[in-house]
Amino acid sequence: MADFQIEDLRVSVEGREILKGISLGIDKGEVHAVMGPNGSGKSTLSHTLMGHPNYKVLGGRVLFKDRNLLEMPTEQRARLGVFLALQYPVVVPGITMSNFLRTALNAKRGYDGKDKSKAIAPKEFRALLKSEMGVLHMDDSFLSRYVNEGFSGGEKKRAEILQMAVLKPEIAILDETDSGLDIDSIKFVSEGVNRMRGPELGILLITHYTRILEFVRPDFVHVLVDGQFVLSGGPEVAAALEKTGYAEWVKEPQAAAQEA
Amino acid sequence: MAIVPKIDVGDNYKEKYGFFDPEKYVFKAKRGLNEEVVKEISWMKNEPAWMTSFRLRALKVFFKKEMPTWGADLSKIDFDNIYYYLKSTEKQGKTWEDVPADIKRTFDRLGVPEAEKKFLAGVAAQYESEVVYHSLHKELESRGVIFLDTDTALREHPDLFKEYFGTVIPPADNKMSALNSAVWSGGSFIYVPKGVKVEIPLQAYFRINAENMGQFERTLIICDEGSFVHYIEGCTAPIYTTDSLHSAVVEIIVKRGARCRYTTVQNWSTNVFNLVTKRAMAYGDATMEWVDGNLGSQITMKYPSIYLMEPGAKGDVLSVAFAGKGQHQDAGGKAVHVAPNTSSNIVSKSISKAGGRTSYRGLIKVYPGARNSRSFVRCDALLLDENSRSDTYPTTEVDEEQVKIGHEATVSKVSDEQLFYLQSRGITRAEAETMIVNGFIEPFTKELPIEYAVELNRLIQLEMIGSVG
Repeated sequence: MADFQIEDLRVSVEGREILKGISLGIDKGEVHAVMGPNGSGKSTLSHTLMGHPNYKVLGGRVLFKDRNLLEMPTEQRARLGVFLALQYPVVVPGITMSNFLRTALNAKRGYDGKDKSKAIAPKEFRALLKSEMGVLHMDDSFLSRYVNEGFSGGEKKRAEILQMAVLKPEIAILDETDSGLDIDSIKFVSEGVNRMRGPELGILLITHYTRILEFVRPDFVHVLVDGQFVLSGGPEVAAALEKTGYAEWVKEPQAAAQEA
Repeated sequence: MAIVPKIDVGDNYKEKYGFFDPEKYVFKAKRGLNEEVVKEISWMKNEPAWMTSFRLRALKVFFKKEMPTWGADLSKIDFDNIYYYLKSTEKQGKTWEDVPADIKRTFDRLGVPEAEKKFLAGVAAQYESEVVYHSLHKELESRGVIFLDTDTALREHPDLFKEYFGTVIPPADNKMSALNSAVWSGGSFIYVPKGVKVEIPLQAYFRINAENMGQFERTLIICDEGSFVHYIEGCTAPIYTTDSLHSAVVEIIVKRGARCRYTTVQNWSTNVFNLVTKRAMAYGDATMEWVDGNLGSQITMKYPSIYLMEPGAKGDVLSVAFAGKGQHQDAGGKAVHVAPNTSSNIVSKSISKAGGRTSYRGLIKVYPGARNSRSFVRCDALLLDENSRSDTYPTTEVDEEQVKIGHEATVSKVSDEQLFYLQSRGITRAEAETMIVNGFIEPFTKELPIEYAVELNRLIQLEMIGSVG
């Protein structure tokens, strides 16, 4: 069994079955790309893994560190080492990035407001941010801005990767992190991700396009269509998709439509 | 940590602010209200005859006026069951050592002396009806700043006092201002001379200790031309099963080019009716800022007002109301544009939870000839559950064409997407809700001195964590 094992996952949204039995094993050190057209269930997969309340699990398990993630509240999944970089990061007015990052990191370290020794020291925190923000080409002003408020598309995605770098997950789910980004932003984000790649991190990279896979090379590629994997293989699957698109698996012509 | 910004935090409130001392007093008026009680208060204070007759006239107005039929439900107030005057000590302390030990202990527990040492230029501490402690930095005193309790000011500065007292809010303004005018006691009197800038805040702390107590402080602030002062007030009381009444009148005169900021964080226990009239007159190029936080009390009705009397006057009202179980915060602001080229800005933030109710009630009035006046009102309400309620009652009366008036109102809930986002970073649901609430009131918090802001955030955290089942 893999370090992170999805077994026969079935999920519905508003009464409609979206994921129809997904199985996937991710070992730390691996990058798995999940590709699929609009409506194939990509976001349902990412949100279900993190426990969004709108997604109803009909069956299956997700095993990580001998626990079934699906039985845990979202914050415990995060503390166990799972991270989701959202496609549409949410604005939280009045809360600075710096406050947000520190609160999240302290939560992960088990600091509950009482045992000060568990909280990160201010100096250590600043040093951590400085080095990670450098990689992502983010300047200090980010820290005093409110979470995602007034951020450009590229800034939002970089901020997601910064959170990932600070929280150091063991399993990271990147949900269409490349969508809506210009080429420079894709490069910065990819650099950030690549820097974290290593034997301690497994990555599930969800994307519509093959473009980001030129920068973050996957070990495995899975094609998701209509809630099921129709093809799994190595990087060559992505190369093939680049040529043919999803047309082969999709009946309606919507496959080529822009992702929202 | 510093004092003041405190909200009703259930058990936490009980422990931190809800304690009470055994009642000791050197004089306690009989329960209820009549001419004799008013005369007695005036006699106890050894007041000049004009003040005694001022009080008696006001009392007549109070009896004559009907209770307001709008706003919060005040039918529960039993005016006959209230003690209108209670004096706990013979003399006022200039040092904390002069203050009777049990009263000093109360203010110690509330953190007042500690805050005084750290970041205040002057402190007044009112206990029941009288101010029991008063201090002001020597340096400010020598520059002519007057910061006294209102009773002492009447004795020591009778002319200055008489010139302004009751001019901004006459007794007949409303039923509660009439009541205050009849039985007022304590409060702060501040005079800042021309050009003097009081850079460090002055603070008053109001404490009700006795049951069925009525506290009626009276505050008068005069900022002479080009001066500046920041005055902060905080309020708490023990939790009793019966009701207490707090009904203050605050009058402020901001002369040409001066600036006054008045910050309130009231955290009365939830048995207190808090019915306060606050009004400022701002003259040429003067600025008046009300920063008004309403966290405690059973019912609050308070609408800080600014009369923009001369060209260039500017008024800001920034308020936060937090209503929990059994609370109704009926608050807002008023701006009255009398002169041309005046501007006002009202921002109101309210949070309702566990069946609590908040109302924004506001008035923008522009008189004919107040050309090029600008006014902007923004009300944001945050509802934390289905049982809670928020309403907006804005009134706009504009009798001048060349003006710019704007109004925006939003009502929102804590969104699932925000909660999910924060939780996906390892933050618990309760912590996430707290962050969202603290972020929501951040425009208010950032205007507070840092010590108060930290305390406010911490208390909201306690409240929010306690609220999640």
